Amino acid sequence: MRAALAQASLIRHRSRTLLAVLGVAVAAAMLLDMVMLATGMRESFRELLLSRGFELRLAPRGTLPFDTDATMPGVGAITAILRTNPDIREISPVMGGSIHVRVGNRDVSGSVLGIDPAVQGDYQLLSGRDPTTADAIVVNDYLLGRLGARAGDTISVATGYDPQTRTYSGQRRLVITGRVKFIYGATEQSSSAMRRETLESMSDVSKRDRASLFMVKVRKGADAERVRDWIDAQLPNVTAISIATAIAQVDARLSYFRQLSLILGAVSLFVGFLLVTTLVTVSVNERAGEIAVMRAIGVSKAHVIQQIVIEGVAISLAGAVLGLGLGLVTARYLNAILSAFPGLPMAIDFFLFQPRAAWSALGLLIASGIGAGVYPAWRAASLPIAESLRREAIA
Amino acid sequence: MSSPIVSIRDVRRDYALGAERVHALQGVTLDVERGDYVAIVGPSGCGKSTLLNLIGVIDHPTSGTVEIGGKRVDAMSDREATSFRLRNIGFVFQRFYLMPILSALENVALPMAEAKVGRQERQERSAKLLAYVGLGNRERHRPSELSGGEQQRVAIARALANGPSLLLADEPTGELDARTGAEIISLFQRLNADGTTIVVVTHDEDLASAARRKVHMRDGKVVDA
Repeated sequence: MRAALAQASLIRHRSRTLLAVLGVAVAAAMLLDMVMLATGMRESFRELLLSRGFELRLAPRGTLPFDTDATMPGVGAITAILRTNPDIREISPVMGGSIHVRVGNRDVSGSVLGIDPAVQGDYQLLSGRDPTTADAIVVNDYLLGRLGARAGDTISVATGYDPQTRTYSGQRRLVITGRVKFIYGATEQSSSAMRRETLESMSDVSKRDRASLFMVKVRKGADAERVRDWIDAQLPNVTAISIATAIAQVDARLSYFRQLSLILGAVSLFVGFLLVTTLVTVSVNERAGEIAVMRAIGVSKAHVIQQIVIEGVAISLAGAVLGLGLGLVTARYLNAILSAFPGLPMAIDFFLFQPRAAWSALGLLIASGIGAGVYPAWRAASLPIAESLRREAIA
Repeated sequence: MSSPIVSIRDVRRDYALGAERVHALQGVTLDVERGDYVAIVGPSGCGKSTLLNLIGVIDHPTSGTVEIGGKRVDAMSDREATSFRLRNIGFVFQRFYLMPILSALENVALPMAEAKVGRQERQERSAKLLAYVGLGNRERHRPSELSGGEQQRVAIARALANGPSLLLADEPTGELDARTGAEIISLFQRLNADGTTIVVVTHDEDLASAARRKVHMRDGKVVDA
């Protein structure tokens, strides 16, 4: 009966209820977006790092992967040391560099990764095959477009450009064997990959047997943090970064985003709370006589409060459900804008939908709906009945 | 002789009105016997409604005692008073105060739902009560679809929902025209004849004359019982 009374009471003022629901929906959408933003980038980054199953990354001491041009010498020696640890399952050394391709009278440049195709974790093959031979190269769609080439074409690739002598350290004709999507690649970034040995053969002697990065998979059930500590102890010129360490560093760099989103989320929640409180208070004041009569005929204070709280919760719930849909649409739009930011990996999402975030937003809104309804309801139900009836009669 | 259903002894009720202290009731003593039909009359502001509120346990006296059915009600907690009203007292107000969003049947069923009467029984009893007050064909109508007299009859049916031992009415014909008022007076007489104890507060001479007993009040006192 209480739910029916609450529902009927909301229907009685359809326009007002609808406006309140829309107001709460906007606040809910904002709240969901902010909750998604607060945790989305972090989770998205974590998923990105774990997408190929490499739990550890090794970079030159004091740097982050591909943060600088620094490289680690002695790929063979480092690999040999790493292989002595039974908890290490796979090792993927990666060498970074740049390539230049002559297309007509244009020079198209891009980045290149020297990898071991059997254990690489940098790209996803879209079509064709991995660069398993010495004359093979895979490229992303953006570079393919700039080259005006197709899979199967042969291109002339140069590396190690020296701006002083205007010469290249190596030049070679390579066959495009596949189209790939680079997992850590940014939008509008020309990227390619070839065997590390191929890249080395095109580089000058000083850059041979070096790697910009090692990616390491640990055995299932092994403690990645312990392996990281072991690598740090074994290889003094190397910084081993686990997912947890990387996340902590991302967290530190993104604390601004998180704080901003939490503040805006709290403001949205507060606006929603005020909206429902205002509506319920107005509604309760209008029905002071009605409430007094309900009390007079024997309806308990608790039941009057419940009915009014149900009204607040119903508005919050309807607004929240509508707001969640609205929030997802706006998040997608905002994500598209932010993801186009130069230099960011395409796979990074600023607004990552997580059911937990949605439940959190929904829970917060329902809690605020209850909070918004309780005070005006308690106040209305506590008014002296005789006094309320007398005032109502005078009014 | 059985004990009175309402027993009021030396009741005073003061309340603050701005800086002033109003002495609404000044030592009222009154008994109402079971099955009686009492009309409390007097000029506006004489304390009639205040007395009815005390009998209806929606207000507390400043001093004195109020017993309903042999039970002291003047110092009941809010919870006790609510439960007591639900099961023992029926209220009829001048302005009907039906829930505009509920049908006539649902309005009558409201106190029964509060008293945890099952849905089926509620429906049946509400329908019977509406038939009793002559609105058997208006069950599904909302208050806005009923005339004033019909609304008041729904309010009376609602007041009878939980079979109260006492029916209280505050100016029940105050909002009605003479013809409709006469219908309500007639309904009260029928109710009383069927055994319901009724106390009404009224300015309506016809309604007061229909009662078995008149209690005259003036300046917060009973001047003629």
